[in-house]
Amino acid sequence: MDGKPEQVRIIACGMIAREVLDIIERLKLGHLSLTCLPAMYHHHPEKIAPAIDKAICKARSEGYERIFVGYADCGTGGDLDKVCERHGVERIIGPHCFAFFMGMDAFTKLEDRDMTAFYMTDFLARHFDTFLIEPLGLDRHPELRDMYFGNYEKLVFLAQTEDDDLTEKAKAAAERLGLAFERRFTGYGDLSTALLETAS
Amino acid sequence: MRPAIIWNGVQKMSDEDIVLSELPDDELVLQMHDDLYDGLKEEIEEGVQILLGRGWAPYDVLTKALVEGMRIVGEDFRDGILFVPEVLLSANAMKSGMAILRPLLAETGAPKVGKMVIGTVKGDIHDIGKNLVSMMMEGAGFEVIDLGINNPVEKYLEAIEEHQPDILGMSALLTTTMPYMKVVVDTLKEKGIRDDLIVLVGGAPLNEEFGKAVGADAYCRDAAVAVETAKALVSRRHNRGPA
Repeated sequence: MDGKPEQVRIIACGMIAREVLDIIERLKLGHLSLTCLPAMYHHHPEKIAPAIDKAICKARSEGYERIFVGYADCGTGGDLDKVCERHGVERIIGPHCFAFFMGMDAFTKLEDRDMTAFYMTDFLARHFDTFLIEPLGLDRHPELRDMYFGNYEKLVFLAQTEDDDLTEKAKAAAERLGLAFERRFTGYGDLSTALLETAS
Repeated sequence: MRPAIIWNGVQKMSDEDIVLSELPDDELVLQMHDDLYDGLKEEIEEGVQILLGRGWAPYDVLTKALVEGMRIVGEDFRDGILFVPEVLLSANAMKSGMAILRPLLAETGAPKVGKMVIGTVKGDIHDIGKNLVSMMMEGAGFEVIDLGINNPVEKYLEAIEEHQPDILGMSALLTTTMPYMKVVVDTLKEKGIRDDLIVLVGGAPLNEEFGKAVGADAYCRDAAVAVETAKALVSRRHNRGPA
């Protein structure tokens, strides 16, 4: 043993790439390396588990023994857990990134109160048009807005960072969707803890 | 105005040249399939009125023009040719056609295939898929009682008692709310009424295995599958006859 920590491959959702890299840098976790799957898979959750399966096989073929999956369940309905279990790897606990950014305890407590809340993260605020408006066809057919968002009452901006520009973007998004606006600072929540545990 | 298109050596009219009222019935029905595909609400309303004006039975307008058109939309959605926004536009167009036909269907006593109570489960406000299923089931001749969103088990029970449906449909979009389907099915078992109903479940994160695990009769991947499954299970049930 040369005393160096074992290299760990993080296979994460493109939606949290910026946050994972920031945590690695701030906490000096240089033995964690990141590879990402396209954020757009969130519009096709059925693609996530097979893509993770493939990415794990690739990482193993590159010599990584330790792998961590930077996804929550993310609408895979348990399929992602089956892949993780088969390969003996772990993922971030929780149903969605909103949950782990808020922290699972806070998420569980607020679940009922937030039933009509549309959650937005830094990523979604930054890429609102390309990630939400265009794939939902709202740029071409704004009349569909209430079919998608009619049952929501407020947009809750779960802010990972203190960034006034992003807050303004999130506010504008709420207005465009016809929703009230609320900002809650979460930081990186359970994501930091999960990466720290993986790194140890 | 768009220019006429030369196709296979024949000059074909562009869509903007088409006058629906001048088309013979068979061409009008095909044009309505196209218009549904393109989500053209006003054209669908016009087409429905024209066919009714020509003496078509409301049930025939519904099945031959609208339901058949939506079947094509459903297939192309399943095959990844159409996406959610386009399907929603088509559904909107069909909805406007249905709004004209619904009172007429009631008046003319159109055949009813069965009755369904449907709703999104407690804690879940997502209803796009559920609304599509409701509409397609109605189009297929089912009487649909739509309970809307965020339904606790009591609401399902009340509706079952009041309407005595053949089918109970439950929908969920969230991983956190889908387990509630089991709460509902288990309550039906406790009350001794589970076997009186066909239970269908659906929603993006669900799969067949989950459907079995919660004790549903079937998981339905999309609205078209829901209609086919409902028809097949209801007819099997009717064929079973009294014990």
